[in-house]
Amino acid sequence: MIYGLVASALVALGLYGLVTQSALLRKVLAFNLLGGGVFLLFGVVARRGGDAVPEALVITGLVVAFAATALALVLVLRLFQITGAATIAEDETPR
Amino acid sequence: MSLLLDLLLGLAVLGVAGWTLAVRGNFPAVIGFVAYGLLLALVWVRLGAVDVALTEAALGAGATGVILLFAVVRLRGGRAEIDAATPGPRQRIAAGLLCAMVGLALAVAVLNLPNPAPSQAAAVARHLPELGVANPVTGVLMAYRGLDTLLEAVVLVFAVLAIWSMAPDRRWGAVPGPVFPVQSSGPVSLLARLLPPVGIVIGIYVAWVGADAPGGKFQGGTILAAMGILTWVAGLWRLPPVASRGLRWAVVAGPLAFIGVGLLGFVIADGFLAYPPGFAKPLILLIEAAMTLSVAAALVLMVAGPPEGRRE
Amino acid sequence: MEATPGGALLVLMLVIPVTGLLIAFAQGGRAPERIALWLAPLGLAMAAVLLAGVLHAKAPVIAFVGGWAPPLGLALRADGLAAAMLMTTAVIIAAIILFARADYMTPPGLPEARAPLAFWCFLLALWAALNAAFLGGDLFNLFVALEMLTFGALALACLDGRATQFKAELRYLLFALIGSVLYLLGTALLYGAYGTLDILLLSRAARADAPTIVAASLMTVGLLGKMALFPLHLWLPAAHAGAPPAASALLSGLVVKASYVLLLRLWFWVMPAALLLAVAPILALLGAAAILFGSVVALRQARLKLLVAYSTVAQIGYLFLMFPLAAGSLAEVAERAWTGGALQAISHAFAKAAMFLAAGVIARGMGHDRIAELHGAARVAPLSVLAFGLAGLSLMGIPPSGGFTAKWLLLQAALYAGQWWWALVIVAGGLLTGGYVFRVLSTAMRAPAPDFAPAAPVDAMQERVALGLAVISVVLGLLPLAAFGLVLIGR
Repeated sequence: MIYGLVASALVALGLYGLVTQSALLRKVLAFNLLGGGVFLLFGVVARRGGDAVPEALVITGLVVAFAATALALVLVLRLFQITGAATIAEDETPR
Repeated sequence: MSLLLDLLLGLAVLGVAGWTLAVRGNFPAVIGFVAYGLLLALVWVRLGAVDVALTEAALGAGATGVILLFAVVRLRGGRAEIDAATPGPRQRIAAGLLCAMVGLALAVAVLNLPNPAPSQAAAVARHLPELGVANPVTGVLMAYRGLDTLLEAVVLVFAVLAIWSMAPDRRWGAVPGPVFPVQSSGPVSLLARLLPPVGIVIGIYVAWVGADAPGGKFQGGTILAAMGILTWVAGLWRLPPVASRGLRWAVVAGPLAFIGVGLLGFVIADGFLAYPPGFAKPLILLIEAAMTLSVAAALVLMVAGPPEGRRE
Repeated sequence: MEATPGGALLVLMLVIPVTGLLIAFAQGGRAPERIALWLAPLGLAMAAVLLAGVLHAKAPVIAFVGGWAPPLGLALRADGLAAAMLMTTAVIIAAIILFARADYMTPPGLPEARAPLAFWCFLLALWAALNAAFLGGDLFNLFVALEMLTFGALALACLDGRATQFKAELRYLLFALIGSVLYLLGTALLYGAYGTLDILLLSRAARADAPTIVAASLMTVGLLGKMALFPLHLWLPAAHAGAPPAASALLSGLVVKASYVLLLRLWFWVMPAALLLAVAPILALLGAAAILFGSVVALRQARLKLLVAYSTVAQIGYLFLMFPLAAGSLAEVAERAWTGGALQAISHAFAKAAMFLAAGVIARGMGHDRIAELHGAARVAPLSVLAFGLAGLSLMGIPPSGGFTAKWLLLQAALYAGQWWWALVIVAGGLLTGGYVFRVLSTAMRAPAPDFAPAAPVDAMQERVALGLAVISVVLGLLPLAAFGLVLIGR
């Protein structure tokens, strides 16, 4: 199944983005790319079995992922408003 | 032919995903991400999962895209800090190798999934008549795995409150998010006046048909939320302040209705979230109606963000 | 497998805190605090009834939600381990409710404020999420529970809204979200391979094939990230130490245990024994590294709260020594190891909650938490320093204490199983723990400077709550060993 391979590649891409991108906004984006791959894998599983259960799991998962993204972005914005920081790199001088 | 289509679609998804990661600017990256979401929605159609395709397009591409765009507009600068924190080529190669190994292992696992695939399809279908719904996804979400859906509805409430609680203390009691000036002309204003009547009908319809056709509370609620966001951004509708009781009850109405019907199951059926024969469909529709309202309210609030204006 | 009588109780343990939270949020004002105060005894009673029920039946209590049996439906299961963890959760949450009243009270007539509303709501949220995580019998349902836990824990940790905190909490959120996604990825593979995510059904079906191995690896890494097992611990100290005391106690004492219990379920129930045998030594090795590394770093901390947080990094390590001892050993050795691991999870929960609460009271009274300048702390907050010391006994593993029994059982299991090297780690960890606990106590007991004045009055109730939890962590060690047979029920 082509999409199984696509899902695997998306997971690898998303993980790579999460690890190598330093800007928080881009990390959140990469997290969503990764999520897309994970959900697609559920889709492949659903398709193989002609089964509605994994589809329902994806709908649940998509809603949870959206909530997580919204929360993460609010935190990113608050961090930026307060400190001007756009990454979570360690500060030069420990507090 | 269809194999070729799948191949092209798959490559397009990967290409857009890679571009989203590689492009330097934040704005094009978000546009790339929205395109990625829409392509994924097409993939879901190809996989025969129209329910998921609708959710992916509405939530994954649409709503996520909107909050990402809001964030891009507000996050300016920081380039030097970002460049300084970006890992060097050696670390990137190491990370790339590691991630490629994960992807490879995953691919091997997927290719080795058993044939024929184990499936609950028969069991799902067998009990649908008892529930009076024709859409198997709705059967899973509302009956067989109703607890998942209930807890997920509660997660939305968690998210709204968590987002609100990130506000500075002095903002508590204010209106969530920025207040937009009224736009009396321009494309946004025009859209905000024309679309909502149609959109609200479509949203309610999509939520309503969910029992028997692709659709349901999350998809319908997202469409309703989109209409709300449009009128809010155009300045035609002011969000109520966070202290508003009405607003808060709207957010919890869905999960509370879900729990109420669930507890009713102790009395009129054989336990929590059990539906008595013959009453399953009306009860499911009741929950779906309340949930559509709450999903729409929660999504609007999550897009708006923490209270920002002055206290009312 | 059949549903058992008493299943309604399991459902109520989820639904009641959730309903409380929803109404608390909608009503606002003083309602959240009142609802939490009402639910504390109710929650304790439910946990106690369940515990008695499991002990009496000597079998797990099982509910099928909506009457749909797995694989189609979802099961909630309370075995001995779950019942013990639920009881631990109920006691600690009730204690934190009492502790937090001084900090998050809304006086009559005043408008609702941000922090109290968020605190009480998310306390109930975490309670519901923990109950869901201990009761869940389905791997995807447990994913939703883990996400609930992440949201609640994060919101509580950010409650003070300090600038320095947001960075630490974002790091925490990223670790938690990546952990969840990896876990979810594993469940997708398992569903593809077996057509069910029910833990018991999987345990009968699981094979050691490629999808299962990849799924197990992804899920394990995800859960270890959420638990902050060395070397994935980097997010924990700042995230836990920077939270308000009541939140730190919850995060360090309870939240990490949810992932632990899930990891136990994954390896001791779902996965085939051959895989477990291969992975167990690796997990224990990481655990041993965590014990040594975490303790040494704790010893060198300048700030009290960070010391307590690094102590968590170390104590989490002990939880993993159980894996190679409980897997593949003779029944009696395995039972000892299993009981030791479970008891470590429980006694650490009490001791660490007590320690964080005590550290919070001490820091408030002294106006800072710099360890080198804590002279006179024993005069400012005597009960808190005593609580810190008693909890420290349990963490060190000095008899009689819950921590001693836990570590003694693990030590015996290590010797009986012929794996004496883990015993060395346990002893070394105990000595190092003694070092950092003593360092705090010896400074706190010293006389203050002549011109010393407390920075703020210390709340008597808060001191008593911290001491109460510390006493429980010690008293656990006075119970007869047979009492812990509970955690073997349904294993």
